[in-house]
Amino acid sequence: MKFLDEYRDAALANDLIKQIRGITSQRWVLMDVCGGQTHNLVRSGIETALMDVLELIHGPGCPVCVTPSQVIDFAIALSHRPNTILTSFGDMLRVPGSHQSMLTARSAGGDVRAVYSPIDALKMAIENPSKEVVFLAVGFETTAPATALALLQADQEDIKNFSIIPAHVRVQPAMESIIQSTDNRVQAFLAAGHVCTVTGYQSLESFCQASHTPIVVTGFEPIDLLDGILHSVRLLEGNQVRVVNRYSRNVQRTGNASALRTVESVYEVGDRPWRGFGNIPSGALKLRADWKRYDASEKFAPYIPAATPDDQRCRAADVMAGRIKPMECAAFGRECTSESPLGAPMVSSEGACAAYARFQTTSITPLERSE
Amino acid sequence: MHDPSTPACRIEMGLADTIQLAHGEGGRLMRQLIENRIAPLLSLDRSGLQSDAAVLGQLDGETVVTTDSFVVSPLFFPGGDIGSLAVHGTINDLAMAGATPTHLTLALILEEGFALQTLDRILNSIADAANHCGVSVVAGDTKVVPRGAADGIFINTTGIGVLQGDSRMRPDRIEASDQLIVSGPIGKHGLAVLSAREKFGFKPAPESDSAPLHQPAQDLRNQLDLDLHAMRDATRGGVAAVLHEWAEASGQTMWIDAAKVPVTANTHAIAELLGIDPLFVANEGTFLVAVHPDRCEAALDCLRSHSVSAQCCVIGHAQPRDVSAVLIRRGIGVDQPLDEPSGAMLPRIC
Repeated sequence: MKFLDEYRDAALANDLIKQIRGITSQRWVLMDVCGGQTHNLVRSGIETALMDVLELIHGPGCPVCVTPSQVIDFAIALSHRPNTILTSFGDMLRVPGSHQSMLTARSAGGDVRAVYSPIDALKMAIENPSKEVVFLAVGFETTAPATALALLQADQEDIKNFSIIPAHVRVQPAMESIIQSTDNRVQAFLAAGHVCTVTGYQSLESFCQASHTPIVVTGFEPIDLLDGILHSVRLLEGNQVRVVNRYSRNVQRTGNASALRTVESVYEVGDRPWRGFGNIPSGALKLRADWKRYDASEKFAPYIPAATPDDQRCRAADVMAGRIKPMECAAFGRECTSESPLGAPMVSSEGACAAYARFQTTSITPLERSE
Repeated sequence: MHDPSTPACRIEMGLADTIQLAHGEGGRLMRQLIENRIAPLLSLDRSGLQSDAAVLGQLDGETVVTTDSFVVSPLFFPGGDIGSLAVHGTINDLAMAGATPTHLTLALILEEGFALQTLDRILNSIADAANHCGVSVVAGDTKVVPRGAADGIFINTTGIGVLQGDSRMRPDRIEASDQLIVSGPIGKHGLAVLSAREKFGFKPAPESDSAPLHQPAQDLRNQLDLDLHAMRDATRGGVAAVLHEWAEASGQTMWIDAAKVPVTANTHAIAELLGIDPLFVANEGTFLVAVHPDRCEAALDCLRSHSVSAQCCVIGHAQPRDVSAVLIRRGIGVDQPLDEPSGAMLPRIC
């Protein structure tokens, strides 16, 4: 498949691995910000292949994982409200709230439906005029434009039975919070290519300078990831602090102007707690005052449940801040499995714990082919 | 005569065109449904309709039985429909057990209001598939449930077959160094159904691989005899589920090379777009074979002689058990565990 297979070329990958090993003088600590990158690093074996020369730690880039359990509890409460359909991305449905996930809520009678896009949720509202349709709008800057488009369309067509639970978050404030923490070990970032496709990387430049942390905008395929790592190591070895864009087939410095305008017409920057992190200043997108009529948390405020503390056995916060690897958590693979997760990173397709549970066996060495 | 525009007439027309609860109540409507619609389409013997049970007579060998229910949504999808699927699925279960299929039973659960025209299409599809496979439908049942209690139609088929030779398919006979063969490109059925249900509008639309596998399966057994260690159609859970089952049963590790697993360009593109691994996607006309390494070429030759398995290839082998039950070599050449499917990715695909 064009534009895909060439980024998975094994010979090129091994050449890049050789180059990285060749220029690395110390065991640098790199953080991949996005959960999609985490999964591909672990799944493709890149992490294993470079383990002895580099430390790759996995960042907060799983929007499903940082959605507070109170938000999930609210969605579940709405799914049980008469004549209400609760929609969200399939990935969100398995994430545990404080007592149950939306999938378990569905088997208990809640009306929960997976959609592929917020526009599908809006269509559902148009097709079911006697029902309230609520979309749990999670995601980073990548999915925010689609939610904004759905709201613009709802406004244009004067759809009144559609609303969203706004839970979009912003990546850069989380990166800043990680760098500012006293126990930070991150020396360079692989920035999330798809977030940067929307936002660009202009705003990363001042952050990079202020934090003295090189940043490489990186894609998701094995060659993209290795190339991002190679350039990060080059910057670190050369003591250069700047932003390098290695995902230029998608990312421009100023981002996608049309997508950004769409988001800005509906959203403004605000604060919201992140699951596992607490409040991250400017870490969220909130609906603007004149769009509040589409905010389910205003429309159905009495259904918002009290916040409950997360399971203390789950160390999701330490995993997402890169303080520990998933298998360093005492619950990993024991009390916490993909079938019975304690925290979101174990179930989300972008969660770091899920990546390790699915793809990683540290005790396996490559085997000879016997054909 | 009613004026066609009056409500009374519309109700009457409705009676004629759709399934009513009375169609399942054992009275005149039910008899008419069976005698006038189901029996002729399936070439059922009128004498067989008089009794609630069919007599099969002496079967030539040990008898094998299997049963399967079909609830796929949507009912029609590129490459098949719930009718052909209900025949192929059950025949394939018999074939994989090493049996030659001979008879089928057919149980229909119909939802009140289901269009009779749609029922006819499905019955025709069942008849075509059964004829093609050389099996006869010998017994059946029809139930009707109130509107909302089913999704149009659910089908159960029970298959009866006769075991060929003495050896049974036993995945615990898989030995280290056995070669693992897949009969053709994987992941087609699940993506076809998902794309049809969600109306993704891919062009070309992905097609199901739904097909009967009894002929290549029989041929393999006849030619390889005891060197054929296991066969399994890769239905729900896909190839990954079969590999895990075999690893569990045999105590060996199943090793596959991702680069050798056949995937069509269309499946590859759609799976990438949806973020789905074809190894976990259901097939309905694709199977895995574990064979003694010395007979691998013979097995491939045999499979290639059947159109349904013409694109077969070796994807890996069994090896002494390592930490992981199933290993896959991906992109950069590192062996990694292949997860066991944990369900719910694509609901109601069969």
